[in-house]
Amino acid sequence: MNKVDDNHDPHLAHHFDTPVQQYSSAKIGMWVFLATEILMFGGLFCAYAVYRGTHPDVFLYAHHFLDTNLGAINTVVLLASSLTMAWGVRAAQLGQKPILVIMLLLTLLGGVGFMGIKTIEYSSKYSHGLWFGSDNAFYVKSGKYTNPEELTGAIEYGESHAMPHEDKGELTDEHLELQVKDAATEDVLDNQAAGEAQDQSLPASAQSNIGNATNAPAGLSSKFAEVEGDGSAYVTSEKKPLTYEDLDPQQQKLVSQFFQIYFLMTGLHGIHVLVGMALIFWLFIRALRGTFGPKYFVPVDLVGLYWHIVDLIWIFLFPLLYLIH
Amino acid sequence: MSATQPTQQTDIFGKPVDEQHKDNYLTHQRGLMSWLFTLDHKRIGIMYMIAVLSFFFVGGVFAIVLRVMLTMPIADASNQMRFEMNDTRNIVESSGATVPEEAIKLLYEPGVTDAEAQQQKIEVVLTDAASSAGAGAKVVEYPELINARDAAAQKYTQDLTNHNTFYNQSFTLHGAVMVFLFIIPAIPAIIGNFVLPLMLGAKDVAFPRLNLASWYCYMGGALFFLWVLGKGILNFLVPTLEGVWGGGGLDTGWTFYTPYSTETNTAVVAATAGAFVLGFSSILTAVNFIASIHMLRPKGMTWFRMPLMLWALYATAVIQILATPVLAITLLLLIAERAFGIGIFDPALGGDPILYQHFFWFYSHPAVYIMILPAMGIVSEVISVFSRKHIFGYAFIACSSMAIAILGFLVWGHHMFTSGQSELLNAVFSIITMLVAIPSAIKVFNWLTTMYNGSIRLDSPMLYALGFIWLFTIGGLTGIYCATLAVNIHIHDTYFIVAHFHYVMVGSTLFAFLAGMHYWWPKMFGKNYSERWARWGWLLVFVGFNITFFIQFIMGALGMPRRYATYIDKYTIYHHISTGGSLILTVGLFLVLFVWIHSLLKGKQSPANPWGANSLEWHTISPPPHANFDHAPPATDPYDYSHWRWRPEIAGYVLNEDSEPEEKDAMARNDS
Amino acid sequence: MSQSKHAEYHVHVVPLRVLFAVFAALIILTILTVGVTKVDLGGLNIWIALGVAVVKAVLVALYFMHLRWDSPYNGLALVVAFVFVGVFIGFALKDSLEYQKYVERPALLDRLQQQTIPAAVPSEETTEESSSEH
Repeated sequence: MNKVDDNHDPHLAHHFDTPVQQYSSAKIGMWVFLATEILMFGGLFCAYAVYRGTHPDVFLYAHHFLDTNLGAINTVVLLASSLTMAWGVRAAQLGQKPILVIMLLLTLLGGVGFMGIKTIEYSSKYSHGLWFGSDNAFYVKSGKYTNPEELTGAIEYGESHAMPHEDKGELTDEHLELQVKDAATEDVLDNQAAGEAQDQSLPASAQSNIGNATNAPAGLSSKFAEVEGDGSAYVTSEKKPLTYEDLDPQQQKLVSQFFQIYFLMTGLHGIHVLVGMALIFWLFIRALRGTFGPKYFVPVDLVGLYWHIVDLIWIFLFPLLYLIH
Repeated sequence: MSATQPTQQTDIFGKPVDEQHKDNYLTHQRGLMSWLFTLDHKRIGIMYMIAVLSFFFVGGVFAIVLRVMLTMPIADASNQMRFEMNDTRNIVESSGATVPEEAIKLLYEPGVTDAEAQQQKIEVVLTDAASSAGAGAKVVEYPELINARDAAAQKYTQDLTNHNTFYNQSFTLHGAVMVFLFIIPAIPAIIGNFVLPLMLGAKDVAFPRLNLASWYCYMGGALFFLWVLGKGILNFLVPTLEGVWGGGGLDTGWTFYTPYSTETNTAVVAATAGAFVLGFSSILTAVNFIASIHMLRPKGMTWFRMPLMLWALYATAVIQILATPVLAITLLLLIAERAFGIGIFDPALGGDPILYQHFFWFYSHPAVYIMILPAMGIVSEVISVFSRKHIFGYAFIACSSMAIAILGFLVWGHHMFTSGQSELLNAVFSIITMLVAIPSAIKVFNWLTTMYNGSIRLDSPMLYALGFIWLFTIGGLTGIYCATLAVNIHIHDTYFIVAHFHYVMVGSTLFAFLAGMHYWWPKMFGKNYSERWARWGWLLVFVGFNITFFIQFIMGALGMPRRYATYIDKYTIYHHISTGGSLILTVGLFLVLFVWIHSLLKGKQSPANPWGANSLEWHTISPPPHANFDHAPPATDPYDYSHWRWRPEIAGYVLNEDSEPEEKDAMARNDS
Repeated sequence: MSQSKHAEYHVHVVPLRVLFAVFAALIILTILTVGVTKVDLGGLNIWIALGVAVVKAVLVALYFMHLRWDSPYNGLALVVAFVFVGVFIGFALKDSLEYQKYVERPALLDRLQQQTIPAAVPSEETTEESSSEH
């Protein structure tokens, strides 16, 4: 047995021979744990893939209810907090205590910002009757809407976000602005007129489906009429956003599934962010006391890995939930 | 064991252990708290042993309840008429009247078409009886007789409903307790925790605190199950309680299939929460094992010089890491489904119940390999040691463990052949399932070849290992029937399946667990057990098990469905034989327990190496000291037994000092 | 018990400019993935979105999470996790797409019963068309 320097390093546990062995063990243990995190989210990604795969139109329709801007901002916030975390690990390794403290604080602020934006998103969903579980306007049980009185408002809310896809090639920034302006002021662009007209006719026709979602002919016949009268709409490049009415009754009943999956995925992710914030706060306190340095930075490193995996999962969640095309 | 039993502790050279080294992990600290807050992997292994075996007992009680319920007369549906006739007579007689036997026979005469004629016949019989009975006796009137018949029918229905309810809860709890609380943690958590660091020549697992946390997670999960159980029992005793605190017990089957599990009134949320917490226990153990095997191997122990038990535990840990989180999310979704009404799995909410089965079996099929792989590791050790021969095909056994671990993830759909899975996936899963036979057979053939030409000692660990090979072969070969798509349609959800998975899960895993317990028992407690009674225990368990479950193959092939509390008289004889076997099995298991307790109380001191094995756990005294090794042992080939010599006076093997320069070198190095 | 094979292991400190370069790349990729949504590429959109996400994930894993300088086993844990998620999703998705025809059939029959036949035929076309567009 090596009796060397065991007693010199207070952080070396008795069953390890060297600090390097201990550090490597901690790392591999953390990575194995992160694998379990990925598999756990994998279950939700599977549910997502199955519902999107079998009902693409439902997802295409319902994702308009999410605010892409807030999602994109959140992505940037989380990426930035990942950067500060990685910087913090570097600072701990180099023994730069002030930088480490600042970086941990910035990372923590990133987490706060992310959760704050998430709260705004959630509360706007909640206020429009688009909440988790049975508190959702689209919630259907045994073929019946359980909250029919909220349905019209919810559809209006979602479809005011809806954006036509006609302006191909034009890119992000101006477009995002346009969309915000559009949603806020109802300022209708010329090439959106058709879609807008349809928006206004929507609640009424959707109303016909309320209370009797299995009543196929009403929804369908209007759709046929539309195809015959305006069939060219599907051929030309000018595309109308998918509306609730465009979905067949079978799919209309599945809109709430999108919200369930959205809340499950972002909710579980949010819980992970909160746990990460708690851990970073703990690191922050310890860093203030000067615990970490070149000889002992394992906790910073491991929490960093955890924070990055949370970021990594969001990297997949963002395009899958907000950027459905 | 030999007749001359040693009375004092000896080290690996057969020398008595001096006073200052007598301290071992059992005596190192005393008091309950020293156990509850211990970070010592050996103590945690022992705590797991106590907890897991307690739940084995609970699950076993339910097993016996099931078997006994299936031999009760009410389980045989063809007894219905006899029951109702008896009850009709009893009801009439309790009202003070009599009824002639002939009237009852007419009343229950099968195949009657003309009801009025039958009524007249009965009335004639009743009048005759009344006139011949005399003044004192009262013969029942026809309308009263009909009332009595209806009451009897109602009573039978009520009894049958109770019987069914009780049966449903019993088989569910039997399955859930046995799977989640016994079989999955049994070998990794008890034996794995105890021997893994010893086999590595290490002082502890990589993360001792997580190891203790995993035990507390286990206990936490177990508490949920006890809550379910206790609620069920109290509700059964005091039915009004159900209105107060909701349903107890569990009747979904251990699989929690939706949509039934989202609708039933039993304590599904508590049980799934329990399984969720138990998953953490499993994951923490697995993280520990993977990190330990990666980082704590001693110098000289390369990946392909590890004992096969470590390969098996490593493969198991990989499965636990990759599969358990999916179970966690499945159960969370199920809880969310019940609590908030999200509809991922419930068809009434637009959900997809087949998706639930994909989720569930993505964990639960690999879980079968969580149960069987460490069992195979134990058998690999035992077969080689008790044949006094180097294991045959080491690399093949090691790699087949990993192959099974990976293939185990690609076959889950074979649980869903009849549940609406698509034809394409049915075929794919069927083919991949057949492939599992390859690594499994590699193992079995290598064990057999290891024994070939060996000098085999039939001590109890070896008997259990041989029992394992027998049972696993039967379980595995019948698995091919089950994997065959067309045959599966016939035998799906019959006792054939029940017998198959009991042969694999119980037969194989339990036998290997017992093999491991008997093999490492002297190391764990430093006490010998009565070899003679241990062999008797093996015989009873082996015979009892085969009687119980072999007959179920036949019963299942004849069409007896599983999870039914009643059957027609065609199956009566099989059920009775099976129950008889289960009682023999029970007696055998209690005998094993008795042997162990007797060993703890009266057993003689065991030598450091009673079996002549060469893996590192035998290179320390029995029981091991707190820090496992006084001197770090050198990692040599774990299956090379040539350095160990039998020493009758200590009834154990000692290291041949002349032929082990490396060991002496190591000691010299460490002493300096 | 000495771990001589790890003796020369030393901890790698990631240079700041690498961190910033990676961050810049991640932001550019985020803008790209939002932008590409506005372009209709048919079925390709989802794969581009996923591809960009994978590139971003690889960047985070390699540089922020140090995998590039780490023990290969650690990276293996991550890769294996993703592979098994892929296996899980692959089988489950393929299966549900396959059996969907049986799930939809009752609804299809309903429609056929309630509609005249000519009306039912275009209904098939429009749903197919609209789903293929997006």
